[in-house]
Amino acid sequence: MTAAGGAPYRRPRIRPKEAGKSFLFTFIIVVILAAFLSPLLRSLFVSLKTPEQVGQLDAPPYPAVHGTFDYEGKTYDVYDVPIDGATKQLALVKKGRESSQFVDPGNAAAGPITWEGSWRNLTRAWTFSPEWANYATVWDQINYPRLLFNTVAIALIGMVGTILSCTLVAYGFARFRFPGRSLLFTTLIATIFLPYAVTIIPTYTVFLKLGWVGTWLPLLVPTFFANAYDVFLLRQYLLTIPREMDEAASIDGAGPFRTLISVIVPQAWPAIIAVAIFHIVYAWNDFFAPLIYLSTKPDLQPLALGLAHFNTLHYRNQAFIQAGTLMTMIIPIVIFLVFQRFFTRGIVISGVEK
Amino acid sequence: MVSVPVQPVIPPGGRRGRLRRPSLGRTALARHEARWGLIFLSPWLIGFVAFTFLPIIASLIFSVTNISLAQDQPLRFVGLENVQRMLADKQTWESLGVTFRFAAFNLPIAIIIPFVVALVLNSRYLRGVGIFRTLFFLPYVIPFVSGVLAWQGMLNLETGWVNEFLRIIGVENPPNWLQDTTLVYPSLAFIGLWGIGAGVIVNLAGLKGIPTELYDAARIDGAGWWAALRNVTLPMMSPVIFYSLILGIVDILQYFLVPLVLFNGTGEPGGSTLFFNLVIYKQAFNFQNFSYGATLAWFLFAITLAITLVVFRTSRRWVYYAGER
Repeated sequence: MTAAGGAPYRRPRIRPKEAGKSFLFTFIIVVILAAFLSPLLRSLFVSLKTPEQVGQLDAPPYPAVHGTFDYEGKTYDVYDVPIDGATKQLALVKKGRESSQFVDPGNAAAGPITWEGSWRNLTRAWTFSPEWANYATVWDQINYPRLLFNTVAIALIGMVGTILSCTLVAYGFARFRFPGRSLLFTTLIATIFLPYAVTIIPTYTVFLKLGWVGTWLPLLVPTFFANAYDVFLLRQYLLTIPREMDEAASIDGAGPFRTLISVIVPQAWPAIIAVAIFHIVYAWNDFFAPLIYLSTKPDLQPLALGLAHFNTLHYRNQAFIQAGTLMTMIIPIVIFLVFQRFFTRGIVISGVEK
Repeated sequence: MVSVPVQPVIPPGGRRGRLRRPSLGRTALARHEARWGLIFLSPWLIGFVAFTFLPIIASLIFSVTNISLAQDQPLRFVGLENVQRMLADKQTWESLGVTFRFAAFNLPIAIIIPFVVALVLNSRYLRGVGIFRTLFFLPYVIPFVSGVLAWQGMLNLETGWVNEFLRIIGVENPPNWLQDTTLVYPSLAFIGLWGIGAGVIVNLAGLKGIPTELYDAARIDGAGWWAALRNVTLPMMSPVIFYSLILGIVDILQYFLVPLVLFNGTGEPGGSTLFFNLVIYKQAFNFQNFSYGATLAWFLFAITLAITLVVFRTSRRWVYYAGER
């Protein structure tokens, strides 16, 4: 994706005298964007710290430890030393009240340097020291491979169900006339406004009686029965496809199913991909349904729920929590970056052309 | 939904006869078309009945019984007992108050910020729009549990960057955002900002749909940036704003997952995050009191419906549809 990615209209040229204004404006937005995304950077930094580092309030924001230097068989602490008008990181080898001796780790062969002043006023130097092992630990503790498999399986099966059912229903709404069609369509849209809480209690009761609680079925079966958002998106898209092709196909003797598969689907694939990606992101994000149906089955849970449970157990170890947080979000982010165009287009179709 | 051409599908049973009697042919064709339409709709029709219609009815029935998971008392009809209990329960009104207070605080933010970000992305002064659009959208795809935990760290009293920043600019005792009853709503609003992506895209598409001639005309009339925004952009964007408002109301009245993850459903700090939907969740799934949970859920449904209907009513006065007379 380049910077110009997908902008369909031409931007007016900026005159030279406006260039300064443009630069300033862009700079302000960069600052705001940096603040907006800064929690991600913080999560990354914290995830690479040891538990002690997380608690050290004077430590820099990035993962760091107090620097040390091995000199002539001994380990010495490294300090920030103001010397010759600049601050240098030097190892303190001989402490003295009024002057101390330092060694430059970068040039130890040069021998000790004498510095006038009280070393107690100096601050310890920090060196960048990421604790990559946190990720390996969390990988095991949260049972990442299992949770990832569950998430992917739930997302993909649900995606298949959503695409199949919503394409059929959208095709029905977009291409066939029958009494009560607009009433049914209004009903479909109205379900968006229905609070989930109204239907969830009886639905849960039925799934419980069927013995489905503690399995994936309550998460997967409903996806095969279409949902308002995706039907709406697909139907809006199908309405933009000219009918001449369908008609040609049916004159050639194709039935409605044949027409759907060989004429409509090949033309509707941008919308179908949008629905697929929306569903994957939705399933990755879904927390409530797994919470009520899979709470007692840690081996069947998706990442979002596993992460929430991990948080209640290990919230004191922020490094682990933030590592888990990033491990949960990384795949949807990659999917979004790869399929960005379809994503944006899908939102535009279902959001504005109402 | 105008002019759907009749599909030239030949029904079984003799092409000649049908062609010679067009009136009968048309009804047969129409019936044929209707049958196929309903066949294609059937996944949703079945799903609607099974997962929406019957549950709504069942929910209503639940609310006049004493059904619960344990069912330690025999199942019986209790009439309006649950409703009376709900109306008499202080928690009902407190949690409703929490929901409305939060809605009053957060709804304007949830509508204005995506609009403003879209204005920024649409500005001709912004260089590298594509990158900005991608990055402002990006957090939208982050699973909300991840988002909540990242922001929880960000707002931490001692190690959070928000307070680090405040200390750098000279604030001596920065607040404990998530444990302060007055600051917890702004904190939740911060967390909510990561979900603006879709709203930004919808607003941006709306802005791009405004004909540039309108701005040219406004400029000729001597309108500056502000006047153009007020007299061109806002009226032209009113359908988008209306759409965001309606969906925003429905969403915010159901809000509870973020505080559920943040505070384990305790309603901390000081009951300020004990949202109405959280009470429903706890009644139904922690206390397994299905009948009372269903009663509360129906109450929420009624409130949502009433508010959206009122907003729909007012829309005639402020929403401008360019294609309409």
